[in-house]
Amino acid sequence: MARIIVVTSGKGGVGKTTTSAAIAMGLAKRGHKTAVIDFDVGLRNLDLIMGCERRVVYDFVNVINGEATLNQALIRDKHCNNLYILPASQTRDKDALNAEGVGRVLEELAKDFKYIVCDSPAGIEKGAHLAMYYADDAFVVTNPEVSSVRDSDRMLGLLSSKSRRAEQSLEPIKEYLLLTRYSPDRVKLGEMLSVDDVQEILSLHLLGVVPESKSVLNASNSGIPVILDEKSDAGQAYMDIVGRYLGEDRPHRFIEEKKGLFGKLFGSK
Amino acid sequence: MRMSIDHQSVLSQPSALEFKSSTFSVPVLVLSSNDMADIAQHLQDKIQKAPEFFKNSPIVFDLQELNRRNLEIDVDQLVDLLKQNGLLPIGVRGGNNAQNQTALELAIPLHSAQTSAPAKPQSPPKTVSPPAPEPAALSTAALLITQPVRSGQRVYAHGDLVILAQVSAGAEIMAEGNIHVYAPLRGRALAGVQGDLDSRIFCFDLQAELVSVAGHYKISEDLDDSVRGKPVQIYLQEQSLIIKDL
Repeated sequence: MARIIVVTSGKGGVGKTTTSAAIAMGLAKRGHKTAVIDFDVGLRNLDLIMGCERRVVYDFVNVINGEATLNQALIRDKHCNNLYILPASQTRDKDALNAEGVGRVLEELAKDFKYIVCDSPAGIEKGAHLAMYYADDAFVVTNPEVSSVRDSDRMLGLLSSKSRRAEQSLEPIKEYLLLTRYSPDRVKLGEMLSVDDVQEILSLHLLGVVPESKSVLNASNSGIPVILDEKSDAGQAYMDIVGRYLGEDRPHRFIEEKKGLFGKLFGSK
Repeated sequence: MRMSIDHQSVLSQPSALEFKSSTFSVPVLVLSSNDMADIAQHLQDKIQKAPEFFKNSPIVFDLQELNRRNLEIDVDQLVDLLKQNGLLPIGVRGGNNAQNQTALELAIPLHSAQTSAPAKPQSPPKTVSPPAPEPAALSTAALLITQPVRSGQRVYAHGDLVILAQVSAGAEIMAEGNIHVYAPLRGRALAGVQGDLDSRIFCFDLQAELVSVAGHYKISEDLDDSVRGKPVQIYLQEQSLIIKDL
């Protein structure tokens, strides 16, 4: 059975697309056939982060409208044969998506793929709603600051009430917390919420902490998911996250913990 | 009076529509005066006590008492007054023919007045019949919530409300009876929303944005530091809200 993962947050700019690209690449690298879908219709970005923007012919909306087949629209990744990208349309808006069409596309993908990663747009409106509606797992991407935490909390409420699993009273969506753009130095100075602070407010299973890193911006600019930058702290953090998601026991890194519970601090630059 | 509703299924099956039977809890406004100014004054007083609760609240107005005393009332004016106060009239009961006619012209449905009167035991039948399940008992049973109540979610209990997980900032929990929260309470908690002055709020860790008992409320800013973050109970004593250590 394919697992549908939604990468969501409520708030914009917290690193949803970076995370979607990284974990999709990570899962594919680990040998699982993976598709990643850009739900941000009208503000298409995933193709840039994945470095395939010059190979987009058809998009998600074309497939939903029956103007192209799924195979015509899927773009195979340059770096990994197991990874396919379904780009968003840039010329349309979120209203071009509908529940039935999205359900059909996901069902067709599920026949062929092991993991389907849905990159949600910001907000809680139609695009975000449809991105999470069919999900089995949710990666809630949060920055260590109050407004992002509040929005994540709101999104968690929607996941548990407005998703397909909630409406059909199935087993609830599995929710994971990804804390991104984390800077232990600024936490120490009291400028940022700590992992514990965020955990206390959201009480959610922590899948990983991704440190604030220059390598993320470099990766985005060059169109290579940051997880492929194996030397970078952010790349390693995402690899840990993929490992933990697949059931491995990996100690948390990149957290400077006062109590020393989370172990060693890797170089933060 | 009650009706119920299911989750709106925005994303449903191919069929364009489906009829479902549902129950809601709707406040009923029972009028005992036909003086519009008097009604307006009392209405505003009530609403000021719990503005959030009454905001856009559906309401059924009951004219039975007025008609019993032969007091005439202009339904048109009454509906306007309700709307001006942010209420959404969705029904009338106990109206006479003319009043019912006016209500229907305003697209306000008629409800049978019988459901309102506390069902008087009619000459009890001697035969022993299996006790019918009491619908009333069902509604006043405590509502138990084991999942976190997240920002933006609302929970309404017709009786007591017991929550075992945290209530996030931006969430709203309401009960006609008592509220118990065995975890941090960060959102809004309103007990006795139908006016039960004896209802209380109990919580393990008070960090609420607002607490209210029967319309008497305190906002976060007014909470004393001595009770913040503590296990407390909140109740009414002579019109004032008392927050006390447990």
